[in-house]
This record gives sequence, structure tokens and C-alpha cells, in this order.
Amino acid sequence: MYSIISTEELVPRVRVYRISAPRIAKKAAAGQFVILRVDDNGERIPLTIADWDVVEGSVSVVFMEVGTTTTKLSRLKAGDTISDIVGPLGNATEIDNFGTVCLMAGGFATATIMPIARAMKAAGNRVITIVGARNKDLLFWRERLSAVSDELIITTDDGSAGRKGVVTEPIKEMLERGERIDRVIAIGPSIMMKFSALTTKPFGIKTIVSMNPIMIDGTGMCGCCRVSVAGQTRFACVDGPEFDAHAIDWDNFMARQRSYIEEEKRSLEICRCPSG
Amino acid sequence: MAKAKIDLNRVAMPKQEAGARRQNFSEVATGYTAEDAKREASRCIECKARNCVAGCPVAIDIPEFISAVKTGDFTAADEIIKRTNALPGICGRVCPQESQCEAVCTLAKKKAPVAIGRLERFVADWEPGYRLKGSTGAKAPKSCKKVAVIGSGPSGLTCAAELARLGHSVTIFESLHVAGGVLMYGIPEFRLPKTIVQTEINFVRSLGVEIVLNAVAGKTFTIDELFKDGFQAVFLGTGAGLPLFLNIENENAPGVYSANEFLSRVNLMKAYHFPEFDTPLKVGKEVAVVGGGNVAMDAARSAVRLGARVTVVYRRGREEMPARLEEVENAEEEGINFLFLTNPISFQVNDQKWVSGMTCQKMSLGDPDASGRRRPVPVGGSEFTLPCDMAIVALGTRPNPLIARSAPGLAFASAGTVIADESTGLTRKAGVWAGGDIVTGSATVISAMGAGKAAARDIDRYLASL
Repeated sequence: MYSIISTEELVPRVRVYRISAPRIAKKAAAGQFVILRVDDNGERIPLTIADWDVVEGSVSVVFMEVGTTTTKLSRLKAGDTISDIVGPLGNATEIDNFGTVCLMAGGFATATIMPIARAMKAAGNRVITIVGARNKDLLFWRERLSAVSDELIITTDDGSAGRKGVVTEPIKEMLERGERIDRVIAIGPSIMMKFSALTTKPFGIKTIVSMNPIMIDGTGMCGCCRVSVAGQTRFACVDGPEFDAHAIDWDNFMARQRSYIEEEKRSLEICRCPSG
Repeated sequence: MAKAKIDLNRVAMPKQEAGARRQNFSEVATGYTAEDAKREASRCIECKARNCVAGCPVAIDIPEFISAVKTGDFTAADEIIKRTNALPGICGRVCPQESQCEAVCTLAKKKAPVAIGRLERFVADWEPGYRLKGSTGAKAPKSCKKVAVIGSGPSGLTCAAELARLGHSVTIFESLHVAGGVLMYGIPEFRLPKTIVQTEINFVRSLGVEIVLNAVAGKTFTIDELFKDGFQAVFLGTGAGLPLFLNIENENAPGVYSANEFLSRVNLMKAYHFPEFDTPLKVGKEVAVVGGGNVAMDAARSAVRLGARVTVVYRRGREEMPARLEEVENAEEEGINFLFLTNPISFQVNDQKWVSGMTCQKMSLGDPDASGRRRPVPVGGSEFTLPCDMAIVALGTRPNPLIARSAPGLAFASAGTVIADESTGLTRKAGVWAGGDIVTGSATVISAMGAGKAAARDIDRYLASL
């Protein structure tokens, strides 16, 4: 059993949990993930590592309450335990002094871009971070991101904070006016990552995305996290989770992500009303 | 004195009737009664040759345990088996006895070998109910030597049990949330109940073996770190988990599963109890299973139990199928359709991009290939499409790449398997042994156990030399 050290609601339905897991904390690096199981009947779900603390022996994960597992997780408080957490899994983000790095985050991926921004800054890059959200109430960690970014751009769908529009617009403008960007890392919903890839492709900017497919074991065994990259089958858990965004078959990926939509709805209804 | 007549009829294994078992995940073969067991054991002629022992990869004292069963002393039988095999309930169910101990039984010449596997299973099942005390057999005094075993599948459990008996302090590291490896995620409940697996793992624990779950070699820790932490020897038994695919069009379409994913959802995550268990499972009405091994049979029979109509597509003939005959017969009885000499060449998808069909071509058998089996050759113009709303690819597996990336000093063969000495399991890295599927590629539970045992003996010699 692994105990939850603290819980914090960042914005409605998005929470960050610090979980005691010393072995994982010792090894964690930016870009990696963990797989956790809330209870004995629980499924195994992957969550990106948002932070870690070797001294305390903890890792932090950020999740949005959408499905059964995240709903069960959201009911837990500090001091409660989860059955299992394993990691750190996947390859760490390639960190180097690339020059200018543009980090793009959609929705609650703001949390997962944070350690990457920090590491990129520490490696001597000029870091431009673009964060997109539906409205100002869904933004969080602006100060934290500011502290590790040379430039922080906010976009909201309704214009309630930052500039009105989608997350791909600022980078498109930068590239059109000839600003030099050496690498882009985009993390967020599949559709946001797909459009980030489409935006940078004409400019030939190396663009990395962090794939978040359905997984079970996370160690290269089940094969359900497979992603078609440049016509090859790759496993997000052991070959990824980060891949060249321009080589991914996005339509196939998004179709795979929809595999269990009906089952997830059914499961969630039961989870939300346990007595029924 | 007249020579006693040998009964050439094996006592039949009681089984759930095919119509009933298609509806449930309970065990198909329900096991001998005490009377059945005594009757079958009495067929053993206790020959001097003892070929059966030589035919067993872990060298169980077969004539001795059978003799104890004859007299009804099941506790003694259990102790005899457990001296050499910590996992009899598992072996009694999933070993290919027909090609091992039973194949060389003296009565096999009369086509009536003693049902050694069924007797082993009977004894293992008898034991937990009647004698709950912990470990059997004398344990050596504590050696104060520490061994790390990576992977809690058949090879790791056997190696750990053997080393613990020899007095060493053993820790197993397992990447999943439960111990057992392929016994838990791969083999279905109806062939190997999970309570049996956990009972036998608890027996291994009772020998003093510690099991650390949720620890991934190459990610949570490396082999070199284990040595730094004070372990003096490491046994690698991480199996071959990475599924192979056909590499044909639309193979990554949703609805096309690897057997490992389908079986993990069903066995490990109990998706057949969805939604009481959270892991979802999609089961088509028309399921195509590609492959002819035991894993293909397990996947096909699981899908039948989940309500599907199932067709197994295999590129060679029935004779060439690597699956155990008993499992092929069970599958046939359960209504699974077989298309032999048939090979998939592409998948089709519907407008949701979900799989909708599998285009195949007929094959004929040519000259033998490297495997010694006749090579399948496509028959020109024989293409046809098998409609399906789910497909399961069961072509075998190879070791996953995590170990290779994280253990400098290990040497690997081209298939990704670890190079290790055949008789001892010693790898090219000092202090590291390996056994089971990570060395051989996908093979059987018992061969993995044999390798775990051989390595344990060599590790023991090595520890004594330190």
C-alpha cells in the first residue's frame, strides 16, 4: 500500500496528489510516468510524473476526474492509501541545450510540462511556454511556469485570460515571422498534439509529443499502447512515451483511444452511484 | 505366481461438459477424487527403469510419490513432490506431460502411460485443505548470502524456492502488482485457477522468500544497483513478454489485440467481471484468432466464454499445431472453428476505423524449414476475407527490451534473448544467471522451472565459493 501525503485541487476536477513512493522518487526524470491502481478491483492507469522529491520519497501526479479510476482517486484524502504505484516508466525527455525550446501544454498537461520546462531551462535553453485552456478558471501554476520560462504565453478559448484563441496560434505567428525555434514539445489532449504537429510541420521544426495511450502493464508486455510511427509499430511504454509528432498516424491513434468509450461510461455510472 | 494383469485404461479426468463450460471461467477439468487417484496410481508398475524421473525437467521422485498415493498416504506424496517441486498444482495442470514424464513411462509403449500429471495435481489440491502448516522438507542453516531474483514467474519462483531451501536469503522483484508472471496474466482461470497459483506462491513465501511487487528491472532499479545493495547473485527470470505482430495493413486498428493484451485484461485484471472490476474489455461477436499455440487456444477459449463465435486461423495443418492436443480437443469441443493452412495478409476497418475483417490466403506445405516443420507456401489466387469485429494475434513473444537497455555486461542473441550457459544459466555478466523464456524465447512453464532449478544449484556453488 502506498500512502497519499497530500492532495490539492488545482482547478475544479483537476487535482495534484503527492504519493509516498521512495523507489520511484529516486529514479524519476522529466517526461516519465507511473502506473497506479487505486484498489483491488481497480484498473491500471498511466499518469505522467508532475514532480518528485527524493528526500521525502514522494512523486506527484496530476489527474483530471474523468473516468472510474480518477473518480475513485479524487475521493481519497491525505493519509489514505492506494494499492499500487509502479515506475518510473517510459523514457525520460531528451534534455539538451537546443537553443530555443517552445513548450506547449493543453489543459492539465500544464503540470506535466513543468518538470520539462525546468530541465530545459537548467540546460541553458531559452524557454518559451505556451499554455492553453478553455477559460481563466482552468489555469494553474502560472507563477511556477513563469519562473522557469523566458516567455510564458497564455491562450484561452474565450479570451478570459491571455490571448483569445487556441494554443497553436502563437507559435504559428512566431514561425511565420521567422523567429528561430529549435525544438517544440507539445503535451495535451490528442487533438491538441495533432494540431501542434500540423502547425510546425511546414516549418520543419523538430516536434516531440508525449503519447498517453491506454496501457496495462507499461513494461512492453501487453501491446495495447502501440502507436504507428513512420509506418512502424512502436510501444509507447518502452519506446516512448515521447515520439516525433510528424511521424505519428494520428487518426489511428485517436481511433484506438476511443476503444472503450461505452464501457468507460458504464463503469463510471456504477462508480458514481455505488449503492445503485 | 501369475503375473498381475496391467490395466491399460487410464482413469478418465472428470471434466465440465462442453456446453456448460462455455458459459463460465471455472476449471474445465475438475480433478480426480481420492478413489480415482488411488486407482490410477495402482497402475504404476514401479519399474526399475524410472524413465519418468529422467523425463521430468525438475526430476520429481515420481515412482515414490505415486506409491504413496497408492496407499492413500497423500501427505507423504505431497512431501515427496515438494522436495523437488514447489509448484505442483501448477505443473499438474499446465505441464505437457504427454511429451515429458508420461511419454517415457514404461506403459507408454502400450499407449497407456500412468496419468502422472493428474496424480500430481490431485496431491497438490489435496494438500492445502488437509495440512495447512508451512514449509515441507528440511531447510539448510542460514547462509547469510543474499540473492535477488527478478521476475516471479515459473523460473523465478522455482529458483527462489530452491535457494531458500539451501539457506540463502532471497528477494524476488516483480514488476506487476501481483506475483506469478505468466501464470497470472497469461493462463486463463479455466485452465489454471488463480487461487492455486497464489497458494503455491504462498508456499514459496513460507520458505522465507520475500517478494517485492511493483518493481521494474531497468526502471525502478538496475542490476548493478542490486549488487551495490548487497545482493551477491542475481537470477533473471523476466520471461518473454513482448508480443510479436504480423506487420500487415491495419494491424494497429482498434479491435486487433495482441493475445497478451486480451489475456491480461481477462486473467490479470478480471475484465470478465467488468464492471465489478474496473478494467473494460471489448468482445466481438465474430472473433478471429491468429496462431496455433497454447496461447492461441487460451485466447480463443476465453473469447468463447465471453460470448463470441471464434475462428482460429493457423498457417499450417492440425498436425503441426504447437498447442497441446488436449487443449486443441477442448477448444474443438467448445465449438471453436479452425481454418488450417490459412494465413492473414491484411485487416479491413469500418468507418469508425474499427476492425471489420481479415483477408487471408490459403497455404500449402512445402519443404521443412529451420524449425523442422514443413514451410507454409501461399496458394496463388486463394485470397478470401473472413468477417470479424475483433482479432487476436497470438504469434509468440520475445523478451522486452528493458533489461537489455539497463544491464551493461549482459550479452544478447539476435532475438533479444539473454545468452546463458545451457546447463547452469550463467550469463556473460559476473554474478548474473538467467533462465526461462528470457533465454529460450517463449517455451513451457516446466522448462522455465527446470532452468530456474539448474541456476539455483549453480548459484549455490558460486555463493559457497565467495
